[in-house]
Amino acid sequence: MKHFFTILSHEIRMLLVNPATYVAAVIFLSLMGFVFTDILETFSRAAQDMSPADIFFKQFYLPVLFIVPLLTMKCLAEERRLGTMETLLTTPVTTTEVVLGKYGAAYSLYLSLWAATGGFFWILKAFAGDSRLLDSGPMIGGYLFVAISGLLFIAIGVLASAVCRTQAVAGILCFAMLFALIFGGSYLGAATWLRGDVMHPVKSAIDYAQVLQHYEDFTRGVVDFRQLLFYFSSTVLALLFSILAVEAKLLHN
Amino acid sequence: MTLSDQNKPAIEVSHLVKTFAGVTAVNDVSFTVEKGEIIGFLGPNGAGKSTTMRMLTGFMPATSGSISICGYPLATQSEEIKRRIGYMPENNPLPEDMRISEYLYYRGRLKEVPRSKLGSRIDEVLEVCDLKRVRHRIIGQLSKGYRQRVGIAEAILAEPPVIIMDEPTIGLDPHQIIIVRDLIASLRGRMTVIISSHILPEIEMTCDRVLIINQGRVVAQGTPAALRKEILGHVRYEMIVSGNFTLLSQVIATVDTGIKCKVQEDVDSEGFKSVILTTDKDNEMGEVLLKALINAHYRVRSLNRQRPTLEDVFLAATRRSWDVIDTK
Repeated sequence: MKHFFTILSHEIRMLLVNPATYVAAVIFLSLMGFVFTDILETFSRAAQDMSPADIFFKQFYLPVLFIVPLLTMKCLAEERRLGTMETLLTTPVTTTEVVLGKYGAAYSLYLSLWAATGGFFWILKAFAGDSRLLDSGPMIGGYLFVAISGLLFIAIGVLASAVCRTQAVAGILCFAMLFALIFGGSYLGAATWLRGDVMHPVKSAIDYAQVLQHYEDFTRGVVDFRQLLFYFSSTVLALLFSILAVEAKLLHN
Repeated sequence: MTLSDQNKPAIEVSHLVKTFAGVTAVNDVSFTVEKGEIIGFLGPNGAGKSTTMRMLTGFMPATSGSISICGYPLATQSEEIKRRIGYMPENNPLPEDMRISEYLYYRGRLKEVPRSKLGSRIDEVLEVCDLKRVRHRIIGQLSKGYRQRVGIAEAILAEPPVIIMDEPTIGLDPHQIIIVRDLIASLRGRMTVIISSHILPEIEMTCDRVLIINQGRVVAQGTPAALRKEILGHVRYEMIVSGNFTLLSQVIATVDTGIKCKVQEDVDSEGFKSVILTTDKDNEMGEVLLKALINAHYRVRSLNRQRPTLEDVFLAATRRSWDVIDTK
């Protein structure tokens, strides 16, 4: 792990000097700002039974589906296409360090983008001054959910980038996998053909992996250890597969 | 340095085989490179040069055979080997959006150059590769020649004992080729260098030894001079003389009976003809020939020993690659 920090700091630096990062950040913040304004307008018209933070974080899948592929599609696919993977892996660096370094950089950027949305709540607090609008519970739960689910989302993006040679394919693959993860669970959870007794183990496994349900729990203040385990274990699994994919491509290229 | 570092040859390759989905790219290649030697890797396109080099760096695993570098076997101690090689791949891939100095710093950190030495080492390689003026330029905006030199600077950055460069002079202008050639020559004795190239005079000028590889096999290896003798097997002299051509072969036989004499039929207005002499003997016999011809009252306009280029050797060696001389 000697080189992990070298690669991590290099990757973060590369992200910070890359104009695409700022474009992504601007798009992300304007999209989320638009969502937030819309929520506030709804609140100003009539009282709602949920806090603005709750509704705001409910839209988490919107930026996830677009920003995560943007942040991660480049990381390994581009190195492979340019051939710099070859120079990188002929130094005393292990594949694990490379994958983790790139993962770490993408994750920290993802977190900092979400952290920037904290500004919305600060503006709301400074100008509305209405304590009813600022319910700290759903806000903390929301950010916690974003941080923990982000571990898995970014890992999926890195995995997509590890198996593809071109950025575009990696991006689309990442989008598809995230879509399946976020919405596939609730779709399958509602499917009638899974209701039978025979399918019970499958059904319970699907219920266990309901990302949207996890979100509900987090904002209500329920941080279930099983859910944490779900995110941590699948993150580790996705990263392991990424490392294996990078190595397998070396064996068979 | 450990004991194994000092006594073993820099690179030992034995019975190396690499197959890609049924196609054998490298077939039973064996060679040894001593410390401080500069080895040239020659071969037509698709001969297996790049594949062999990639296997030497540990980037690509071999199908069978063994490689050891500085006494460390690649199969079990690839980490140690990666610390001891500087590698510049074919086409020299570089990140587009970094400055040269930043790139070298990053690579130096990856190659475990101590932070305290890295700054001065970067200055040194920038100086050696004549990159000082462009050190703050972005790599993506550089011309091919600069990029190539960045690749070379990067390969020698950590002062590795073994340097492997896949076509380092490709895309350079003649002036830059001379710079690169001098650069590689300056590494002689300190570092072991393997370079592959299509530019044969390059290899001939810089390399101590040449390895010709064709269809995945080593077809010839040795010093350029030894290869000439081994592959072409004879020395040619060409002369333009005038006199009695019927007696010419007898006169030449007085010098050495082994010389074959062939008179070309084209005769110029003054009666000069060109004559090709071939002999198996390697020693210089121009002077004795001249003396013998003048004593026999021939008029000699020119006499020169033809120096077969490495190109001739290369063509001859790759042509007869079916009979493999896989000498160790």
